[in-house]
Amino acid sequence: MTGMTNIVKTVTRIIGGVVFLFGLYIVTHGHLSPGGGFAGGTIIAGAFILLVLAYGDNIMHLRRIKEESSALENIAIFCILIMAAVGFLLGTKVFFNNFLPIGTAGQLISAGIIPLFNILIGIEVAAALFTIFLAFVIFKEEEK
Amino acid sequence: MSALIPFFVILPLAGAFAIPVFSGYWKNMGKVLTPILMLMLLALSVMFFFRDSAVFVYYVGGWELINGVPVGIQFVVDGLSVLMLSIINMMAFFASFFSISYLKKFTGDKYFYALFCLMVAGMNGVVITGDLFNMFIFLEIAVISSYALVAFGIEREELEASFKYQVLGGLASLLVLLGIVVLYWKTGSLNIADISRVLKQEGSSPSLLFIQILFIAGFGLKAAMIPFHAWLPDAHSSAPAPISAMLSGVLIKAVGVYAIMRLFFNMFELTYEMSMLILVIGTISMVGGVFLAIGQWDFKRLLAYHSISQMGYVFLGLGMGMVILSVNGNKAVAVMAIAGGLYHMVNHAVFKGLLFLNSGAVEYKTGTRMLKELGGLSENMPLTSTSSFGASMAISGIPPFNGFFSKLLIIIAAVQGQFYLMAALAVLVSIITLASFMKVHRYAFSGNLRFKDLKKFGEAPFSMLFSMLVLAGLCLLLSLLIIPVFRDIFLTPAVNDLMNLLNYSQPIIGV
Repeated sequence: MTGMTNIVKTVTRIIGGVVFLFGLYIVTHGHLSPGGGFAGGTIIAGAFILLVLAYGDNIMHLRRIKEESSALENIAIFCILIMAAVGFLLGTKVFFNNFLPIGTAGQLISAGIIPLFNILIGIEVAAALFTIFLAFVIFKEEEK
Repeated sequence: MSALIPFFVILPLAGAFAIPVFSGYWKNMGKVLTPILMLMLLALSVMFFFRDSAVFVYYVGGWELINGVPVGIQFVVDGLSVLMLSIINMMAFFASFFSISYLKKFTGDKYFYALFCLMVAGMNGVVITGDLFNMFIFLEIAVISSYALVAFGIEREELEASFKYQVLGGLASLLVLLGIVVLYWKTGSLNIADISRVLKQEGSSPSLLFIQILFIAGFGLKAAMIPFHAWLPDAHSSAPAPISAMLSGVLIKAVGVYAIMRLFFNMFELTYEMSMLILVIGTISMVGGVFLAIGQWDFKRLLAYHSISQMGYVFLGLGMGMVILSVNGNKAVAVMAIAGGLYHMVNHAVFKGLLFLNSGAVEYKTGTRMLKELGGLSENMPLTSTSSFGASMAISGIPPFNGFFSKLLIIIAAVQGQFYLMAALAVLVSIITLASFMKVHRYAFSGNLRFKDLKKFGEAPFSMLFSMLVLAGLCLLLSLLIIPVFRDIFLTPAVNDLMNLLNYSQPIIGV
């Protein structure tokens, strides 16, 4: 897959990092402001998709990235399940137990496990969307 | 014991996400782990039959009631849920055990097992949840993984069937979601028991009728009732055989029939019009399905059309019970009709699952499922042929197989409730079912020996045989459910929870 023109590459170089950081901001402030894991995850996936579209890549490398992002997706969701089931291990017998201290409302580190869930959901959504995008790109490349 | 309820969702989800990750290190992980997980779930659900309290409520995240109003999601296990859980996990175990040999034809079996576990998690979730929106989420988990499983062979025919299934399934989900939205706007609650309390205070209104129609259309599409059946024959006949057994045996029941039962018995107040609608749809499906089935020459397509017809029996039994209850008729007849419907649902899961596994074994060995190309298989595959014969007798309602007793209950209830036309049609459909399965046996199993090379076309491998023979044994064993001792353990609690609104709502919200 070939990249795009120099103009697009330059613009992408400037804004790619900003988009990524904005995604991280949305994910980590999920419990304080609108947004959260899903919304932030899509923005992070958007940053990666932008890079692949602007710069292009060879198909072998794309296949390897797809394997990795697919594995990352599975691991993230597996972690979510383990965190949800931790309550059983702690003896409270509560599924989705909020076992961490809740802290002061409005602070970045507060709300117990909710930010952790947001981060994991962000990874999961970003990896899943990126995997779907790569699957389409690889399918299109193989057809040529 | 109520602390065990979330494991019905945790265990299959853990399997679904662990298998693709760790299959790289241990190739047979899916093959080994999936049947073990399903066996554990089966044991867990059978354990719930012998529970000490009638209804278990589990508060997810520890969110208990605030001033009598539910704020979190609740998992509820009552008699009906236990019945559904045990048939789901039983069929899941046999189908996954069957898959061990069957999947040798396919590549990428780690994805198969992952999606299989995900589908079971979705179905278990639909059955145990007490929250309407949560039910929708689990329904989507189950149905979306089944879309992928139908297309698992990625041949042209399978992709087409899966696409058709996705379009109609998506439409059904949309209707269900719209119904939930309107209901939430009207009542301000998503908890099934809480909604029923609010609706009881408000009385009937046109918007309530609209919601009920939306739910009948949405869940009717999932249950493939005529006139919503167009996707089923394609999807069920193109899927891999164990998946066909799961789809036909339990998926249409868990996301279709169960949801309709739960919502119309335990949430809405029964009205004569809606009950009559369900009864008529059930009768049309029962008669239409069998006439569509008898002309088929594709083994699995024939079975798929019979699913529509047999689900018609289930709706016939439930619908009669609903009509009798809504006009305050004889309660004993209503009990018999509902028990007959539930009993037939259990039986249908067993014999239809078995028939699809049989067709899978035949296809695995001979490479075709067209009846005209088969013949004389009873000499090559005696055990497959025997188990298939048992299942055919069960589905046609021949004593002493289980199908006879459930159909008998439904027909007696129909006569006693003065639904004479329905009773006559039920008998007629049973005879035509027998005729169409005679056709299957005449063309596939008896007749000229078409496959002379016994080495190549010998008996199916062990894992297939084990599943088929145990299910064939169950076809006989489940007849025992007609005996009061066993009926009181397995069927009566489910019927009671359906008939008495308070049985379900009292443990959840207290009224």
